[in-house]
Amino acid sequence: MTKEYNTLKNVIELPHKYAAGPAWTRFYDGLKQEKIYGSRCQKCKKVFVPARSYCPACQVSADEWIEVSQEGKVISWALSISHEFFGMPVSPPFITALIRLDDTDCDFLHFIGGIDLSDAKKVKDLIKPGLKVRAVWNEEKKGHMMDIRHFVPVSG
Amino acid sequence: MEKKSEYDILTDKVAIPYEIAAGPTWTRFFEGFRQEKIYGTRCRKCKRVLVPARSFCPRCFVDTDEWIEISQEGSIVSWALTEYEYYGMPTKPPFIGALIRLDGTDSNFLHLIGGFDLSDPEFVRKTVKNGMKVRAVWNKEKKGHIMDIKYFEPVK
Amino acid sequence: MGRPVAIIGSGQTKHGRRFDVTYPELVKEAVDRVFDSTGISPEDIDGVVSGTMPSMMEGVALTHFYFADVLRSVGKPILKTETCGSTGVSLAITGYYWIASGMADLVLVVGSEKMNEGDSQATMTTVVEPFYQRYFISGAPGIFSMQSQQWSVHYGIPEERVRAAATKLSIDHHNDAFDNPYAHIKKKLTEEEVNNARIITYPVRLWDVCPNSDGACAVIFASEKMAKKISKNPAWVKGVGYSGEEYWFGDSDKVVWQCAIDAAKQAYDMAGIKDPRKELDVAEVYNPFTFQELLYYECFGFCDFGKACDETLKGTFAKGGELPCDPSGGTLCTNPIGATGLNRVAEAALQVTNQAGDHQIPGAKLALAHAMGGVDQYNGIMILGSKL
Ligand SMILES: [Zn+2]
Ligand SMILES: [Zn+2]
Repeated sequence: MTKEYNTLKNVIELPHKYAAGPAWTRFYDGLKQEKIYGSRCQKCKKVFVPARSYCPACQVSADEWIEVSQEGKVISWALSISHEFFGMPVSPPFITALIRLDDTDCDFLHFIGGIDLSDAKKVKDLIKPGLKVRAVWNEEKKGHMMDIRHFVPVSG
Repeated sequence: MEKKSEYDILTDKVAIPYEIAAGPTWTRFFEGFRQEKIYGTRCRKCKRVLVPARSFCPRCFVDTDEWIEISQEGSIVSWALTEYEYYGMPTKPPFIGALIRLDGTDSNFLHLIGGFDLSDPEFVRKTVKNGMKVRAVWNKEKKGHIMDIKYFEPVK
Repeated sequence: MGRPVAIIGSGQTKHGRRFDVTYPELVKEAVDRVFDSTGISPEDIDGVVSGTMPSMMEGVALTHFYFADVLRSVGKPILKTETCGSTGVSLAITGYYWIASGMADLVLVVGSEKMNEGDSQATMTTVVEPFYQRYFISGAPGIFSMQSQQWSVHYGIPEERVRAAATKLSIDHHNDAFDNPYAHIKKKLTEEEVNNARIITYPVRLWDVCPNSDGACAVIFASEKMAKKISKNPAWVKGVGYSGEEYWFGDSDKVVWQCAIDAAKQAYDMAGIKDPRKELDVAEVYNPFTFQELLYYECFGFCDFGKACDETLKGTFAKGGELPCDPSGGTLCTNPIGATGLNRVAEAALQVTNQAGDHQIPGAKLALAHAMGGVDQYNGIMILGSKL
């Protein structure tokens, strides 16, 4: 379609602050010490990770804090290769994945890395649901979700 | 991450780009600006002359296809002197936003009042009066944009 | 006309700068309170209505999805209503429609905003398009300044008199807020402080303007059957009204403000109110700016056009006056925008059920709640009464 009429280009930029509150603050402080914290619901006994202040199902406080395993299994994954949008927080290629950390009851969302991502077919052959992965940390900690660089396949 | 309360605060900026379709009516209206002309349209039913020009009358719901070049003079209907600033504000304070009834029209045109010192609110208050005659002052360089009109200045 | 609808309880958060909790946790505070106060269980709720002012205020779009857990909405229908400053009253009206239609018996209605997490005026400016009006509007204060300035000149009210009336409203409401445990700004102000405060947009000065508040409000609406079963003391919805105008700010008259007049008329007709000043016992008028509150008194028929300053200075709308307005301190002292209109509804319900505590208007039986949204574009009203 040819453009018959004018258009106006414009960028809306808005600054935001997000209150982390007690649960996220404690969770991020854990990341600074290379620990991943979850919390257990008193009622249904499920362990949620990231830790949260209340159980979304039982609506009671989930205040039993547990250091969870840094290893788990891939539940599902997606390789982003070429689709890059304005302001995308991470540039492709990357693999996002749902990971069930050992002895937890929900899936943790993060990256899978440490492997060659240039060939989608090779990636597909390597990454399967059930694959064991473990957290790899950045040297410098910021108390931020990206203090975990990614999860890598556990060999053997 | 900053700490402004006992818990963490995450800071972030959301920036989103837009390309906004001007469509036939706004395109023609802003093309008029390039030639230092202000266009309105007249409703065939209620006979009101609306400025900026538009494709239909919002009260009669009939097409308004009679284009009229509007007077560049008019009188002030209301005004506000803005002294405060917010993030990304498109016009820098101090400025006077005003509703202006251009001669021979039936709606109020929104633009700036200027051409004199705005630093003293008391002076502004004594100078700017409702009903006061003003006229459009144009920028040299035209972009087919609402700010091709620099402001409306009092007619001596 | 639909089925009768009642409010059986409400929960407000402490409003203010709430960096102690995340946004969903703030909403949870209000939701927990309404369930605690009514004693009903989340399982009994048929549907949830949620809303904020514009989605981008806090940098998370579709906030009702973000709040799904704390709204206890998992497995239930959820609706979002978003009408700028009038969001809160629109939320209440959405809940009302849902029950009046016969499609639900118990609806949880929640409004919220965290004004301090984003830049409130930068966000609100995105309510206007970027190719014409955005350059001139200067956020909410610019719009309301133009409106009140035109109003005072139109009726030939001397500037000093308008200033005096606005100053009285500012002093009274900031003082009233001490009686409201949920209010944000509580302050003893002098005339001198208000009159000489920093100019925001002339003639509006600092103490004429509401604060940026973080807060949430939750209200449960019920059908007649459920209200009578659950509550000994429900507040009945007697009337609702909502009316709008053209988009462009310069297209309609904001002095004799038709959408405010029409919204009130719709609600009065439904409630059978002929003389609002006599029949209403209290009103929670949306007053983010002192000057605008004066216009509403006229548009809602509380006094004649052009007479709001005289009546205000006489004390007609103060506590102990003929028609007390905003005994809670109103929006002027507390403005988490998406919750604000619902706070007005909750306050009106508290008044007619004699539960407003220190700011109770004795014997109040009929109350008006109101909010306004957009560039002076929409007004919404709900009238609540102690009797079905
Ligand atoms: Zn649980
Ligand atoms: Zn017409």
